[in-house]
Amino acid sequence: MTLRKRLLGWLADAALILYFVFALFPVAWMLILSLKPANQLFSTYFSFSPTLDGYRTVLGDSEGIPFVRFFVNSLVVSLGAVLLSLLVGLPAAYASARWRFKGSENLMFTLLSFRFAPELTVIIPLFVLYEKLGLFDTYVGMIWVLQLVTLPLIVWIMRSYFADLTPELEQAALLDGYSRKQAFFKVALPLVRPGIAAVSLLAFIFAWNNFVFPLILTSNEAQTVTVGALSFLGGDRPKYNLTAAAALVSVVPPLLLALLIQRYLVRGLSFGAVKS
Amino acid sequence: MRLALRPYFLIVPALLLTCGILYPFGLGLYYTLFDFSASKPQPDMVRFENYRTVFTQDSFWNSAWVTVLYAVGAAAVETVLGVAVALLLHRSSRVGRVLEKILILPLMIAPVIAAIIWKLMLQPSVGVVNHLLRPVGLGGVQWTDTPTGALLSSIAVDVWVYTPFVAILALAGLRSLPTSPFEAAAVDGARWWYTFRRLTLPMLWPYVLVAVIFRFMDSLKVFDIIYALTEGGPGDSTMVLQIRAYLEAIRFQRYSFGISYTIVLWAVVYLAAMILVRHLGKIQRKAAEAK
Repeated sequence: MTLRKRLLGWLADAALILYFVFALFPVAWMLILSLKPANQLFSTYFSFSPTLDGYRTVLGDSEGIPFVRFFVNSLVVSLGAVLLSLLVGLPAAYASARWRFKGSENLMFTLLSFRFAPELTVIIPLFVLYEKLGLFDTYVGMIWVLQLVTLPLIVWIMRSYFADLTPELEQAALLDGYSRKQAFFKVALPLVRPGIAAVSLLAFIFAWNNFVFPLILTSNEAQTVTVGALSFLGGDRPKYNLTAAAALVSVVPPLLLALLIQRYLVRGLSFGAVKS
Repeated sequence: MRLALRPYFLIVPALLLTCGILYPFGLGLYYTLFDFSASKPQPDMVRFENYRTVFTQDSFWNSAWVTVLYAVGAAAVETVLGVAVALLLHRSSRVGRVLEKILILPLMIAPVIAAIIWKLMLQPSVGVVNHLLRPVGLGGVQWTDTPTGALLSSIAVDVWVYTPFVAILALAGLRSLPTSPFEAAAVDGARWWYTFRRLTLPMLWPYVLVAVIFRFMDSLKVFDIIYALTEGGPGDSTMVLQIRAYLEAIRFQRYSFGISYTIVLWAVVYLAAMILVRHLGKIQRKAAEAK
């Protein structure tokens, strides 16, 4: 290898490392900030005596912000939205992958187009509606509206998983005396199980990370961590260590899940638009 | 007959749920024809008065301009940076293989949380960014307190969150390109820049375009990053359309007027999506033929 080539290689690595410092530093900094004692927040920067007080306060209700409940709320509504979306989304994805029928492409595009709709267009009428129906600040109300995030994702990705299965598999099952329903449940569904797992986790992450819906459609009972983390910034004295601790606690579930499904992420993120 | 109806039957539940969303959308559209607000619970029909007010207000055009600046700026930086990161990772050095595994990290953090993190880092007097810049004499920058600074800062947060998205799609594209044209170019002794411009970029473009479409569409309707970082200020300098709509409809409780803003934004996003997706289809077909 020539010297020139080796130098260029080092330069490329250096550029890469520079980008990753930019990408990782904020998270590392939050960790540092969250471990600082309240009286050292504004003094020396990199030397401090670490303490878990920040986490204790955030997880212990002591600032009047029930963060643990927000965390549980996030779990419940994200999980609920994913389960409901799977229930209605899997049959829809299967149907649109197996049969070309009148209007199928338009229906699918309409479903996808919700991905691009500004959230506030539906939230404001929903806000008015929810107040009337008593759905404001409830689990049911949040799960219902989080469909906007999870359902198009599940339908579009599962559609491409079903399309990758050859129809012959189910036809063989039909010849063996299976009913259509049995062919779906016993042949098609088990084969796409890895896809279902990946898309469910991704949908969960998207639902968990949503901010606008809980901001406007909840106030206290059903509020989630994304809105809850912001409340530590309020008040007359900004509590940076608490904000940092809350932010970090709220990113743990999505980060853990992301590590699990890394291999499937591309298809999920691009809604199957890039075939891998 | 039973067979012909089956796909519809399977799709109905999904459509019903979707209608649960379409109904409020229709309701919102209907509301915009009235002067419905907290101070007027018994509203009169005003037809298109709300839209006329929207389009004749300077604040709307300012918001539209800021939104476009934000979306174009964020999408452009993310595309260039994301493709660059993908190219560097595609070289597959030992460093790259290790770093690739953590590429998705910022993408998995809720944008609003990312904005909170950056807000803390960008505090003028106690934030770490100015602390690190102090040795080079830039320790006093008012990041989110000046109009230009606020817009650039919010674009920076967007770039931080979403560059990995572009990089991941571009990397997937790079890995799926055929190898023979590149081998031929290497045999011919083609320079890196020539290969990049004549081979890599044209073949990679369909993949990158998917990423650009998603990023541009999403940035047009940005809300959470701006809400947590600047809330539209200082002045109106980061007052993107969704933030304005939020202030009008929720904060000032002028429901109809606020919804009119989002309907206009929705129409723009929908049109842009249709044009871009059609363009994408054309490019993907062309790329498929070329292979």
